[in-house]
Amino acid sequence: MIPAAFEYYRASSVDEALALMQQHGEDAKVLAGGHSLVPAMKLRLATPEKLIDIGGISGLQGIQDRGDHIAIGALTTHWQLESSDLVQQKASALSQAAGAIGDVQVRNRGTIGGALAHADPAADYPGAILALNATLVIRGSGGERTVAASGFFTGLWETAVQDGELLTEIRIPTDAANANSCYLKFPQPASRYPYVGCAVAMTTSGGTCSDVRVGFSGVGESAFRDSGVENAMRGQAVSEASAKFAGDQATNGRSVLSDWSVSEEYRRAMAKVFAKRALLQVGR
Amino acid sequence: MGKLIGESVKRVEDRRFTTGTGQYTDDIVLPRMTHAHIVRSHLAHARIRSVNTAAAKSADGVVTVLTGEDFKDIGGVPCGWQVDFKDGTTMHEPKHPILVADKVRHVGDAVAVVIAETKGQARDAAELVEVDYEELPVVTDATEALKAGAPQVHDDLPNNMVFDWELGDQGATDTGIANAHHVTKLEIRNQRLVPNAIEPRSYIGDYDAARDFYTLYTSSQNPHVIRLLMCAFVLELPEHKVRVVSRDVGGGFGSKIYHYTEEALVIWASKQIGRPIKWTAERSESFVTDAHGRDHNTTAEMGFDDAGKITALRVRTDANLGAYLSTFSTCIPTYLHGTLLQGQYTTPAIHISLNAVFTNTTAVDAYRGAGRPEATYLIERLMDTAAAEMNIDPAELRKRNFIPPFDGVNQPGYQTQVALQYDSGNYIAAMEKALETIGYQDLRREQEEARKQGRYLGIGFSSYIEACGIAPSAVVGSLGARAGLFESANIRVQPTGKVSVYTGSHSHGQGHETTFAQLVADNLGIPMENVEIVHGDTEQIPFGMGTYGSRSLAVGGSAISRSLDKVKEKGAKIAAHLLEASVDDLDFADGKWTVRGTDKSKAFDEVSLAAYVPHNFPEGMEPGIEFNSFYDPANFTYPFGTHIAVVEVDPDTGTVTLQRFVAVDDVGNIINPMIVDGQIQGGVAQGVGQALLESANYDESGQFSTGTYMDYAMPRADDLPSIEVSQNVTPCPHNPLGVKGCGEAGTIGATPAVVNAAIDALRPLGVTDLEMPLSPPRVWSAIQQASA
Repeated sequence: MIPAAFEYYRASSVDEALALMQQHGEDAKVLAGGHSLVPAMKLRLATPEKLIDIGGISGLQGIQDRGDHIAIGALTTHWQLESSDLVQQKASALSQAAGAIGDVQVRNRGTIGGALAHADPAADYPGAILALNATLVIRGSGGERTVAASGFFTGLWETAVQDGELLTEIRIPTDAANANSCYLKFPQPASRYPYVGCAVAMTTSGGTCSDVRVGFSGVGESAFRDSGVENAMRGQAVSEASAKFAGDQATNGRSVLSDWSVSEEYRRAMAKVFAKRALLQVGR
Repeated sequence: MGKLIGESVKRVEDRRFTTGTGQYTDDIVLPRMTHAHIVRSHLAHARIRSVNTAAAKSADGVVTVLTGEDFKDIGGVPCGWQVDFKDGTTMHEPKHPILVADKVRHVGDAVAVVIAETKGQARDAAELVEVDYEELPVVTDATEALKAGAPQVHDDLPNNMVFDWELGDQGATDTGIANAHHVTKLEIRNQRLVPNAIEPRSYIGDYDAARDFYTLYTSSQNPHVIRLLMCAFVLELPEHKVRVVSRDVGGGFGSKIYHYTEEALVIWASKQIGRPIKWTAERSESFVTDAHGRDHNTTAEMGFDDAGKITALRVRTDANLGAYLSTFSTCIPTYLHGTLLQGQYTTPAIHISLNAVFTNTTAVDAYRGAGRPEATYLIERLMDTAAAEMNIDPAELRKRNFIPPFDGVNQPGYQTQVALQYDSGNYIAAMEKALETIGYQDLRREQEEARKQGRYLGIGFSSYIEACGIAPSAVVGSLGARAGLFESANIRVQPTGKVSVYTGSHSHGQGHETTFAQLVADNLGIPMENVEIVHGDTEQIPFGMGTYGSRSLAVGGSAISRSLDKVKEKGAKIAAHLLEASVDDLDFADGKWTVRGTDKSKAFDEVSLAAYVPHNFPEGMEPGIEFNSFYDPANFTYPFGTHIAVVEVDPDTGTVTLQRFVAVDDVGNIINPMIVDGQIQGGVAQGVGQALLESANYDESGQFSTGTYMDYAMPRADDLPSIEVSQNVTPCPHNPLGVKGCGEAGTIGATPAVVNAAIDALRPLGVTDLEMPLSPPRVWSAIQQASA
């Protein structure tokens, strides 16, 4: 449990972090809350030569209400999101996803930006970020750019963040669907990572689903929006039967991950079960 | 009985444990101490072509690097129990070397050790050790390993057999099955488990050249046993020149009974380099090097007559012992498993036939319960399955078959068909109390109602028995044990009336410092804080056998009781002298000796002082009050009980949720009810862990696929309901305290109750059997298959 030797740099601003990243290139890894990277280093599964610690950059902290969206600094901890009244009211799926991560100690240290940039296929946030239609703010030496959540997760452990760039902020629209959203997690008993994590944001009118966004975590190589479920639900009166029908479309036409503890068949079946349950939870 | 025995006194040791001020082996820092890191095999089976240590030896801070070649002429760690083949051939016992030189036989096998100035330097240099392997085919399952053509774990030990073994009357059993009205048959896999003590194993070897004296600091459950095995079998050291210290130990569950190679390694290497060496397992190493538990493949058949009475029990088991024989591995599937197949029932014929098998896996040995959970699991799964098949209520089926109550005093002990004689038991009483506690009739109605709503509730039973307080040395000796199994206790009364108790038992979480102090203070009529319990240091305590098999109070406590008798006898003699009275005229109560019918008395501390200031002792009376006792019991003790689990299964996901758990246990007399409750609750949690969550798995290449807590599921607080525990008391008739032991009861009882409950829940869906652990995917698949 002793990591290999590494050099340590601590950035006090985003500009300094970007400069350090440019200087050290591929030898360096960025350290935020350290709750994915440090365990991997202790097992020597990761042996970066250099660490650039961005944990002290005060500008990346905190949750702000900006009217049409909530702005969340990349270093905001899971606990801050879980316990924020604003997030609970306007983006409950995000709050619930944050509260489903690890244990209290992990949630006090781990950060949303670190988790999203790490893009673990079994992470909780990505499905929620997709269902909430978030926008991600990325900074590089050339300045700032934004990426929609739907374009952020590009593959297994891969995101739209390029070499030399930092994820700095996550923006969640304050629309009606996000105020009526949830994240349901069915955890694997050992790791408590999801067998399936399903986030749903829905607007309803007179008991009918007028719009819906469904995001899955932990099911495929990367998180995805499931348009099959969305299309089957949109325009339907929300009922046990319609939710089951829509839920049964989950993962259709997609590849699904399996490992020794969970078969593809089971994971697919659970995606359908939890899609239905999540649809009913926000649709009633 | 005085006022401390029977009281829930808070555990005195918990202040240091909960404030981080305990002293575990890894907390000990010696001057000039070095650190070891062991290079282990990442392959399950491979010949070692070469080991190149040149780069590691020249790395920063490295003191030395040793390989299997350095240990070729040194002994291996021995097995402590010889179980021979049916035909009398001596069991196969391969050498388990400290570091292997020829071939590795499981993932985690030790190939080399790097000793360096710091732990980090040892770890870094270990990466520079180059081992060239020639991979060999692998076998990890016991039944597969017995097949013709299976890979050979030890080249010179054919068919991977350790031994074959049987117990009971085969003819009568075959007849009983053949003539039965109904036969219930189950194929049972009792899966492999990792003990997961919270403190990883940790050792420091310290050779003192000036005194030619060795000290081993170790996280062991039995320091004298380690010293004996290491000195007599491995390193051939003079026992009086070796001290073994095992003070605070963070949990064992059996895994810290055994003598491990790393203990001998740090002692031997410490002399080579002239400096102390510390080795502490990383958690990843604990997963693959701490002896595992269970791993039986069993076929079990139980016959019944038309009245639901058991006619016979036939058991065939392949027991996986891993790549090497751990200290007590051979007695677990035999004398702690086969001998328990009577259970609580009057089964008239029993036979077990068993193969003990080598595989390319970590060694398997005792894990909390040790053999008795395996026996209980197969009996109790058969009982609930048979009840369903014969359409008899499972509680009723048990009642028809219980051995009638016997106290071992007015009624004799119960002679089983499998060698043991139970001491005392009242099985129906525990069942009745459990039924009443859970509200059985109402619960069945609730289950009925729930099914109508598409909810699947299940109720599962387990009526277990165990053999504890291990045990009479003469008996275990006749069965192949290479050690005695008595216990020792020395009581030293200090001049001021304070009392030091040196026990051969070992506490690694059980609370001896409280329970034993209650026993002593109560008997001597002195405050508990005047009693100090000392354990775990061979230089302080008399030769003791340590703690396992729920034996501390039954055997170690009885040894204390014997010494207390001697203390009181000597105290009475001194008091009589001081009071100028006859010993026969004295009463001892509330900590003082009183001349009967007078107000003349001498208090315990006055007598103690006189014992060490014997200015006017009569001729022939020795000063001092200090007595040692070795207690060797007349029999095992036999705790028992009935556990009932209530679960709900979500048929959509296969999730099994434990809703209620009632445990009624009878562990004989009780000294500290809170500690007994805690032992039962912790044991139940571990038993539930096996039923629902835990499984140690190897893949087809022998890789250990559950080597982290990301993959190996331990029970957590939110997996468990509040466990409803209570006790009946049927005293043990043969030890002075009437106690039976409570350390393993929960683990033994809980597992089948939970599995039976899940199957009971799913019977309406056609599910009749489930393999542990009942993970959601596995339960879901069983539901899918049953409804397909």
